[in-house]
Amino acid sequence: MKPARIGLYAFLLTAALFFMLPLYVMISTSLKSMDEIRLGHIFALPMAPTLEAWRSAWSEACTGASCDGVQAGFWNSVRITLPSTILPIALGALNGYALSFWRPRGANLLFAILLLGAFVPVQVMIYPLVRMLAAIDVYGSLPAIVLVHLVFGMPVLTLLFRNYYASLPHELFQAARIDGGGFWRIFWHVMLPASVPMLVVAAIMQITGVWSDYILGLVFAGRDNLPMTVQLNNVINTTTGVRLYNVNMAATILTALVPLAIYFLSGRWFVRGIAAGAVKG
Amino acid sequence: MRQRGVMPYFALLPMLATVCVAYLGAFAWTFYVSLTASRSIASNKFIGMAQYERLFNNERWMLSLNNLAIYGVLFILACMVIGFLLAACIDRQVTGEGALRTVFLYPYAMSFVATGLVWQWILTPGGIPGFEFDWLVDQDKVIYTVVLASVWQASGFVMALMLAGLRGIDPEIWKAARLDGIPVWRVYLSVVLPMLGPTLATVIILLATMVVKLYDAVVSMTQGGPGTASEVPAKFIMDHLFLRANIGLASAGAVVLLLTVLALLAPYAYARSRRRATA
Repeated sequence: MKPARIGLYAFLLTAALFFMLPLYVMISTSLKSMDEIRLGHIFALPMAPTLEAWRSAWSEACTGASCDGVQAGFWNSVRITLPSTILPIALGALNGYALSFWRPRGANLLFAILLLGAFVPVQVMIYPLVRMLAAIDVYGSLPAIVLVHLVFGMPVLTLLFRNYYASLPHELFQAARIDGGGFWRIFWHVMLPASVPMLVVAAIMQITGVWSDYILGLVFAGRDNLPMTVQLNNVINTTTGVRLYNVNMAATILTALVPLAIYFLSGRWFVRGIAAGAVKG
Repeated sequence: MRQRGVMPYFALLPMLATVCVAYLGAFAWTFYVSLTASRSIASNKFIGMAQYERLFNNERWMLSLNNLAIYGVLFILACMVIGFLLAACIDRQVTGEGALRTVFLYPYAMSFVATGLVWQWILTPGGIPGFEFDWLVDQDKVIYTVVLASVWQASGFVMALMLAGLRGIDPEIWKAARLDGIPVWRVYLSVVLPMLGPTLATVIILLATMVVKLYDAVVSMTQGGPGTASEVPAKFIMDHLFLRANIGLASAGAVVLLLTVLALLAPYAYARSRRRATA
């Protein structure tokens, strides 16, 4: 092997070690007891691995006044993520379909403005959205957070489907038109079945994004529906007293588990989502 | 084929409502509030640009802008360099490409909150006996720890996009370069990088919007501390909206943040439309 090749592999291996390090620290810390953490080295392997911290993180860790672990947050996140994946994708697909095949007048301008929305920091809209949702009496509820995810997911999802439908052969649409298919029939019977790959990519993106959201859940979901990320942050950063690092790390892994599992299982689909979402415009 | 009927218009009503109410309407509202004397409750007392004056005389806001600038430059630079190096190395027919890509990209599947919390723990002083690393609690250096965590999270994303760009480059270039005896690094610098231009521009824009939105990672990793040493604009706005009851000032901050985004986007959009026009 040439020296250049050795250097190349050395660089890649060093980088891989650096990237793996936090995952290793998370897992090994979560398997240690507090005594072992206090005495030992952060990078040391656990001497007597125990799942005690995981049990505690799931069902006992304290967030403010209550001590029920992150499990409540987990189920809240599930209840938020399901509708916040299905509805925005359905609407994104419909938008993309109408935009690329029917081209209503003025729709492109509308789409251009919507796309700008993908770049806007949510802080710009938060106060008015809070007031609007309060005015229709849903602020701080499950419908509120779903609606907000619908709003913030729409730019990228619409873009994704618009580009995807633009890449389909136009004859597909024309043939369906000649057969007398109307707007909804073509969407339902021709386009949706043809967009399964994009639906998968969109679902992966949306589940990962919604599950990882912190700020929207914190503001809009309301006290009874706080997602797991918010609860996790509360467990670790607002609890006074002794910091239970093993419990904290177990809770962190539990929170990251859903998107990580999707990532490891879906592999190339996840990368496709990144590539598709990055081609803005 | 031009017979469209009303259905397409009807189907786009939710999008129309979203754009008009949630985006344009909300922005107009925020802009209006920034011109009023609103504090904990909204007020209609018009005070012109006074909130903006207050904002730019606010030490905490100026500190957060300063932090964001440091963070933004370092984060984008580091992500670009690391992402490009990883992509270029992986692109040179290495064994274990799939595994390497998986390892470099998995942090991107983790939330900013989880990322911030892991790095908070790793960088907690005293974690490694006999090795004092205390940047996390050092007022002057804490922002660099946030950079470190974010670069770890996002450089795999840059790698994935760059790799896609590299795979689109004609392999003939390498043959031609080898025949002419041009060293590999030279080809990357003078041929490959310029060809990746559009990819680089897209990546920089995506990273820049991540920078402006920076919030979760700071909240989970440092809570803006020690003191106010790692404050960032997005957090300043949230704190003034919900904790410090100063809606007018927060709205002025939000408008400034939005203008920053637009200023970043404008040259990019311009370059794109010119490229389309010449293509």
